[in-house]
Amino acid sequence: MVKVVVCGAAGGIGQPLSLLLKQSDLITDLALYDVVNAPGVAADLSHINTKSKVTGHGKDDMDAALKDAHTVVIPAGVPRKPGMTRDDLFKINAGIIATLAEGVAKNCPGAFVLVISNPVNSTVPIVAEVLKKHGVFNPKKVFGISTLDVVRSSRFVSEVNPSVDPKTTRVTVVGGHSGVTIVPILSKIPDFVEGLSKEQLDALTHRIQYGGDEVVKAKDGAGSATLSMAYAGARFALTLLEATVAEKTGLIESSYVNLDADVESTASFKAKHGLDYFALDVEFGKEGVKHILPLPQVSAYEQTLLDAAYPELKANITKGASFVTSA
Amino acid sequence: VVCGAAGGIGQPLSLLLKQSEHITHLALYDVVNAPGVAADLSHINTRSTVTGHGKEAMDEALQGAHTVVIPAGVPRKPGMTRDDLFKINAGIIRDLSEGIARNCPGAFVLVISNPVNSTVPIVAEVLKQHGAFDPRRVFGISTLDVVRSSRFVYELDNSIDPKSTRVTVIGGHSGVTIVPVLSQIPKQKFTKDQLDLLTHRIQYGGDEVVKAKDGAGSATLSMAYAGARFTSAVLEATVAGKAGLVESTYVNLHADEEGTAAFRSKTHLEYFAQDVEFGREGVSKIRPLPELSAYEQTLLDAAIPELKVNIAKGTAFITDASKI
Repeated sequence: MVKVVVCGAAGGIGQPLSLLLKQSDLITDLALYDVVNAPGVAADLSHINTKSKVTGHGKDDMDAALKDAHTVVIPAGVPRKPGMTRDDLFKINAGIIATLAEGVAKNCPGAFVLVISNPVNSTVPIVAEVLKKHGVFNPKKVFGISTLDVVRSSRFVSEVNPSVDPKTTRVTVVGGHSGVTIVPILSKIPDFVEGLSKEQLDALTHRIQYGGDEVVKAKDGAGSATLSMAYAGARFALTLLEATVAEKTGLIESSYVNLDADVESTASFKAKHGLDYFALDVEFGKEGVKHILPLPQVSAYEQTLLDAAYPELKANITKGASFVTSA
Repeated sequence: VVCGAAGGIGQPLSLLLKQSEHITHLALYDVVNAPGVAADLSHINTRSTVTGHGKEAMDEALQGAHTVVIPAGVPRKPGMTRDDLFKINAGIIRDLSEGIARNCPGAFVLVISNPVNSTVPIVAEVLKQHGAFDPRRVFGISTLDVVRSSRFVYELDNSIDPKSTRVTVIGGHSGVTIVPVLSQIPKQKFTKDQLDLLTHRIQYGGDEVVKAKDGAGSATLSMAYAGARFTSAVLEATVAGKAGLVESTYVNLHADEEGTAAFRSKTHLEYFAQDVEFGREGVSKIRPLPELSAYEQTLLDAAIPELKVNIAKGTAFITDASKI
């Protein structure tokens, strides 16, 4: 049995995300959990002609939803409105994530936990600290999904230079998942950055960093990115399942992780910057994180982006961790 | 073009279409929220351009379209039949059809909006008024009934693969007009009771979801899945020129005069869901009715008069109005 749980399954991201996951041949059981509407969404999805079984679980049914889960994907929480930063969501979403993490510790302590709920820079440390309290934290199994930044990078790069194929061109994005903490390493794309002016590079980097704001603004109060986030979330979840269930090797995605997932590779980085969490290219294995790839060689421009990201990330991480440890 | 792109079906449908390699431009049209949905989808790393068009921009949205998919309209609440939606959705479909006649008369039109049995005739009659109707290019999407059939059959007999087992579903797209031809599934060995149960569940699968959603809507995600599957098949045939693709779909039978002559003279039905083979022109061939069991024949006998009423209602909505 490969049970995947979506927490927040009836929400703006949760519904299309669950639709995409319903199409996977690797999932045998898809459990949808939300405070309202999950049974209706489950009935809807259960009619799709793939083999997986779909169940819907309401507010009082969290334990049953999470029991024996292989993987838990968490889009639950409130989205941004125009003018808000991801950090503004913290007050509400921190409590939701902490409660879900308690549920994971109780019902599926060995599960892979994939966090979408913002602010990711802080919610991932919240999950980790709750799991640590219960003695079940495995840094190889907890991920912040920053894939949408990679997806945006690939797409925006192809808009600037149409000879770049958006589908096959992967961009390494390091740091975190909000504003200045998003650091796309465009210098690694063959024959690309050399063709840009400084203005174009600035504009492109800024667009990737504030892609989320672009959608919040366009939706004018109606929400934030849901469909593209579902796409990115499904891409990440399915890649991880390919590695952990189908045992496919060599798969890589940029992801925000606790650096103890690969102590050897990250020891010097951790010592230098004092950061416990950082998004880097991660190679997957059966165990989750098999290997964290070292920070690639960056351009001078990218170094300034990194220098701006470090202190912001530190603050975000501390905020998340202390939400649990100070409680 | 997706008309109704910001709705419960429209949004996930548009997400799935954004992943198609045959589409170069995905235009999202809706009375509200389309620009926001377009901005969201435009960030996905496939090649197609995405544009969002609001209420006043329907012409712009439809201009030069190759294919128009229409999920627009209101969904059912518990206790409602698809026919109860007619009053509201008929007007919406009429207006969109006028837009198609004006801006993209040669487009393939794929109708999701219920009640499909009646809304497809509405599209046809509006296009006829403008001399732009090609019966090979207008389809009612009944694919969700096929999807449900494949899935429900698997739930009863898990030696049947739901993904690869296609079930022919004929008739229409509501209640008793849905006739799944389960007898044609290879190696099936259902008892009479099981066939009754399965048939009923397939016919009222939509009600099952409306009830489970308890006022929050009707099938959206599974409809998006089915709609995208059908749209992709049409694009594979009409854009990529792939031959031999077949889907059950609700069409005007003049799309294949020869193939349906006997059926039409016997039943006097202008529209009917049947297995259709696609070609570059849309409908290439409407397959003859499969061999039916005695049970399925009784289902068909119940479906035909209901369909006649639904078709007349849709047709008259346009032809009566034009007589005023």
